Amino acid sequence: MSEAVLLIGTKKGLWIGRSDAERRQWTLDGPHFEMQGIYSVGVDTRGDRPRLFAGGTSEHWGPAVFHSDDLGQSWAEPPEGSIGFPKDAEASLERVWQIQPAPQDQPGVVYAGAQPSSLWKSTDGGVTFELVRGLWDHPHRKDWGAGFGGQAIHTVLPHPTDPDRVSVAMSTGGVYQTADGGQTWSPANHGIKAYFLPDPDPEFGQCVHKLAGHPAVPERLFAQNHHGVYRSDDGGAIWKSIADGLPSDFGFPIVVHPHEPETVYVFPLVADGNRIPTDAKCRVYRSRDAGATWEPLTKGLPDVPSYAPVLRDALCTDAGTPAGVYVGTRDGCVYASADAGDSWTEVARHLPDVLTVRAAVVG
Amino acid sequence: MPVQVKLPTVLRPFAGGAEKVAVETPGERTVGAVFATLEQQHPALRRRLTDEQGALRRHVNVYLGNDNIRDLDGLETQLPDGCELLVLPSVAGG
Repeated sequence: MSEAVLLIGTKKGLWIGRSDAERRQWTLDGPHFEMQGIYSVGVDTRGDRPRLFAGGTSEHWGPAVFHSDDLGQSWAEPPEGSIGFPKDAEASLERVWQIQPAPQDQPGVVYAGAQPSSLWKSTDGGVTFELVRGLWDHPHRKDWGAGFGGQAIHTVLPHPTDPDRVSVAMSTGGVYQTADGGQTWSPANHGIKAYFLPDPDPEFGQCVHKLAGHPAVPERLFAQNHHGVYRSDDGGAIWKSIADGLPSDFGFPIVVHPHEPETVYVFPLVADGNRIPTDAKCRVYRSRDAGATWEPLTKGLPDVPSYAPVLRDALCTDAGTPAGVYVGTRDGCVYASADAGDSWTEVARHLPDVLTVRAAVVG
Repeated sequence: MPVQVKLPTVLRPFAGGAEKVAVETPGERTVGAVFATLEQQHPALRRRLTDEQGALRRHVNVYLGNDNIRDLDGLETQLPDGCELLVLPSVAGG
C-alpha cells in the first residue's frame, strides 16, 4: 500500500506529514530536531526502502546531516559525522543547504550543497559525504560573494543520464557545471543578468536562486534569478528570459512538474526591495508551455492579504500521479495540491518559518 | 586525576546520557587536549563543541570555575589536576 511523506524543514525543527497515496488528508508530527534550522531535507526513493535526509544547523552546536530508514521514526548519523571539511581545506562547515539524490542509475550517490560554497558527494547512500575538490579549488571561489543567506551552493542538479555532468547554483556566484565528474567546472551564466553589478553581464557573480530541470528533456533548464526567470534549451550555455506574463520576475523557488517537462511553477515576489507576494496574494504561478505563458493558481490558497514570502526550497513536487505540489511560507503555513496545482489544501499553519519542503509517494 | 567535563542536558545524549565525562589527556592538560581526547571517546559530542578545524563554536561557552576560557588562554588554557570544565550554551539565537 502506497503512502506519502512530506518533510517540512523550518527555522525551529522538522515536521513530517503523512498521507495515503491520494494525498488529500495529512497528519503532522513534530517537531523533530528542536531548535535546529532544517535548511535541507531529501527523500531518496531509489532503494528497497525510502531514505529520508535532514540537514540541520544548531546555532550552538553546529551543522549535521541525519538520515532515517523508517520514514522519520528514528534518525541517525555516523559516529564520525556525515560531513565536514578536511583539515587542509582550512574551512568549517556552516550549513547544508541541499541534499540531492542522484538519478536511479547511480545507486548510492547523493550530493550535498553547503555553506561556505562547497559541493559534496556521497557514494554510500548519503551516510558520509566527501568534498568535491574540483569545485572547491576553483580559481573563482575567492570572488564568489555572499548573499544575505550566506555564501552557499544551494542547488545541485545532476544530469539525468550522464553521471559526469552536474550543475550547481549559488547566490552571488551563479551556475557552474562539470562534464568530467567534478574535476573541472565552468560558469554557465550567459544571458542571466546581474543588475546589481557594474557589469550586468559578467562571466559569473549572478545571483541565481534556484535551478530546475526535467529528466525527459536533459538540455532544458529553468532558473529563478535575483530578478529574472530564465530558460536554457542548450544545457545552460545560453539563458533567455521567460518572465513575460509573470507579475514579477523576482522570487526564490522554481520547480518542474514530475511528468510534464513543459510545466513549471514559481512563486513571484514584488521585488528585491519588497520581498512580499505580488498583490499581497499567496499565489503559485504555473506555466504549461515552458514559460511562454503563466497562470496564477489560487483555488484553496488564502484569499486574505498575505505578506509571507516562499524561500528557495519551500516549493516542491512529488512524483505521484497526478502530481503533488507543495508550498511552504515564511509565516509557517504549508499548502498541498494533489492535482498539479489546480486546487490546494492547508496542511499546516503557525509553524516556524518554512525553509524547505520535499515530498514523495513511497511504498 | 582526569578532567571532568560537565555537560548541559541537551548534549548528554552525545555522551551516552552522562552528566559528566571524565577525560584523561595523554600529554599536557589543556582545554584543547581535552577536546582532542573527547574525539576518541565521544566524537559526536566533540563535533558539537568545536568545528572540524578544532575551533570552539561561537556560541559555546566553556568555564573553568567562574572563568570563561575565552578570557583565559582559550583552547591553550592549562588545567589543574582533577578540575571540572563546565560547558554551557551562550544566550544566542532568536
